[in-house]
Amino acid sequence: MEKELWKGNEAIAEAAIRAGCDCFFGYPITPQSEVPEYMSLHMPEHGKVFVQSESEVAAINMVYGAAGAGMRAMTSSSSPGVSLKQEGITYIAGAELPCVIVNCMRGGPGLGTIQPAQGDYFQATRGGGNGDYRTVVLAPSNVQEAVDFVQEAFDIADQYRNPVVVLADGLIGQMMEPIVWHEVPKRKLPPKDWATTGKHGRDHTNVVNSLYIDPAECDDHNHHLDAKYAEITKNEVRFEERDCDDAELVFTAYGTPARIAITAIEQLREEGYKVGLFRPITLWPFPEKPLHELAAAGHVKQFLDVEMSSSGQMIDDIRLAVEGQKPISFLGHAGGVMPTVEEMVEAAKKALKEAK
Amino acid sequence: MAIVYQKSAGLTDKELHYCPGCNHGIIHKLVAEVMDELGILDTTIGVCPVGCSVFAYNYFNCDMQEAAHGRAPAVATGIKRTHPNSPVFTYQGDGDLASIGCAEITHAAMRGEKFTTIFVNNAIYGMTGGQMAPTTLIGQKATTCPLGRTKEQAGMPIRMAEMLSTLDGCVYAERVCVTDIPHLNKAKAAIKKAFQKQLAGEGFTFVEVLSTCPTNWGMTPLKAKEWLTDNMIPYYPLGCIKDIDAPKAEVK
Amino acid sequence: MKKEIIISGFGGQGGLAIGKNLVEAGMAEGLEVTWAPSYGPEMRGGTANCSVVLSDKPVGSPVFARYTELIALNEPSLVKFEAGVVPGGTVFINSDVVTDKVSRPDLKAVYVPCSTIAEEVGNPKVSNMVMLGAYVAETKILKPETIESMIHSMFTGRKAKFVPLNIDAFHRGMECVK
Repeated sequence: MEKELWKGNEAIAEAAIRAGCDCFFGYPITPQSEVPEYMSLHMPEHGKVFVQSESEVAAINMVYGAAGAGMRAMTSSSSPGVSLKQEGITYIAGAELPCVIVNCMRGGPGLGTIQPAQGDYFQATRGGGNGDYRTVVLAPSNVQEAVDFVQEAFDIADQYRNPVVVLADGLIGQMMEPIVWHEVPKRKLPPKDWATTGKHGRDHTNVVNSLYIDPAECDDHNHHLDAKYAEITKNEVRFEERDCDDAELVFTAYGTPARIAITAIEQLREEGYKVGLFRPITLWPFPEKPLHELAAAGHVKQFLDVEMSSSGQMIDDIRLAVEGQKPISFLGHAGGVMPTVEEMVEAAKKALKEAK
Repeated sequence: MAIVYQKSAGLTDKELHYCPGCNHGIIHKLVAEVMDELGILDTTIGVCPVGCSVFAYNYFNCDMQEAAHGRAPAVATGIKRTHPNSPVFTYQGDGDLASIGCAEITHAAMRGEKFTTIFVNNAIYGMTGGQMAPTTLIGQKATTCPLGRTKEQAGMPIRMAEMLSTLDGCVYAERVCVTDIPHLNKAKAAIKKAFQKQLAGEGFTFVEVLSTCPTNWGMTPLKAKEWLTDNMIPYYPLGCIKDIDAPKAEVK
Repeated sequence: MKKEIIISGFGGQGGLAIGKNLVEAGMAEGLEVTWAPSYGPEMRGGTANCSVVLSDKPVGSPVFARYTELIALNEPSLVKFEAGVVPGGTVFINSDVVTDKVSRPDLKAVYVPCSTIAEEVGNPKVSNMVMLGAYVAETKILKPETIESMIHSMFTGRKAKFVPLNIDAFHRGMECVK
């Protein structure tokens, strides 16, 4: 299949259209504005719905309405905008609606900066809004993965009736890279017989709702959600191990830092250092077990976590998975500064030296 | 035996949870009767708010969605844009619509979203226990203005029907009440007209229904009715504020 | 083989477009490529730049602190980015706009009067193609035929009349490198 050169944000939008996205609701914010821009032109061409909402709050609630009415719905934004969407996301999770949310992360807190960052890991993987819930979080580290994950996200969302977040960053959104539009495997999906489409002869009304006023019922509902999250955890964990077979030091990184780490590993390997990469692809469910097993391997002396975050966020999950078996050091920048290959090489050498 | 009256097919058998003397029950009935008479119960999708009518999805005999506080117009936008042939309505109170959801209702009206909003204005937050709403009258006491609302502290109450009627996308705005049979008949006619204009694809339609809250106003139902007539209607005048054909798109 | 290139100039000068041309031609030749723009306030009139990687192996980092080549289309770009070029690297300069010279003795400098040549071939808009020609001739990383066929596919239908102009500009740029 032929390679095509695509800008990340536009590729994400096109991927959604190819995945059968029925409607897109969005609001401009750098560095993801090319997604609504692309959608505004191309969704109507396919007879699909595009609305530029008055706010991110409205956009996610439009997603709620359309998803509740059985449609494949999507919104995209960047960090401050995704914060605003948290209200809608918890309602969507509570009402068990499928939808896809793309976050091209930028530096925070507050207005922060428009450059790439990874400070929304906690928000994405811990729910972000009120209550006990989880969103599936897919973290692409290049444009090809962004395209593949967005398409698959719609199926994952429909299979589990759960919001799926594609957590990219400003670099992935803004950069151009060759991609291939290959077939993304399609899942067997349950019918949306719960959707509010109008009764059309049905003997009962369908209700989309997250309100369970009776505490016992609300407890039951939460346990029901928990069982679903356990099922997702069992089925959907994804990660990549690279050069880990003999690695003494293992980088842990996701998204953009993970691809920067690949260059660092090449350099370090050329100099004879045994280093590898463990890259979580699903940030939730987190690949806890495989990382735990890797930490148990005799040749692994230590981990070096690299994030675009000042003191690290994913590192908490790394620690939970490693469970103290091996030491973990950290390299990170926040506020839109990206870790460089040189820094990673130096940090790895330092860590390996100290371990000896 | 001849049946002279029966509950509308637009309502379920679920018992209403509303306080004695509250007008929500009557307004539910009118909306239900209109949907039944228009023959749209099988196709309509409704959206209910957060507030006293939060459980409205239990009462209307059509598919329903429960929205986050104030967001019903955004939810309805998502539904209507993807189901342009389905009748869609939101049912919202004054805290929901005029306060936290003011942006959503305004922009839905601006876009001329083709759904109908039933706005129940009782000049107070009912569900949370009688706090001041944007619609609370000057001098009216509430738990967050225990000495009575003042203009200096909280500004003047908001007239949503008038405000929304300034937007080209809003093709119909009328204010009604349900204090007696004549008013009730007018209210039902307004609700019906709003749905009919929606079905004709004309634009956003809005019916504001003044309503009593005996519990939080601290009055008997009868006294509350009088208070509404004497105090609310002078500030929130009844009648049709806007009724136009679909606006033509114009770029100047 | 791996080229890491910074292309920088005023917004509207076409630096980002040179980068896109490079990655498109690179992709056509089977190379692994990335193009990453600086984005933000500078796109409103200040200096904009992009980072381009052309490599025979999959691209890890699309951004970098050191680079093999710099294409500087304006003065501030030379000031800002000269220090990051690897020793022995090359700096391409639009000498019609930048009056300063490359200060480091360990770098090769290629001065290209892009604007003058573009005027000579008949259209100031093709100054990018002049610079692209200079880059291709100097680095020999891409075949001139690849650029030429890319130009053909860029201008089709009613725009096909611009093909000879662009190819002319590209060749004139190549001739700047001796």
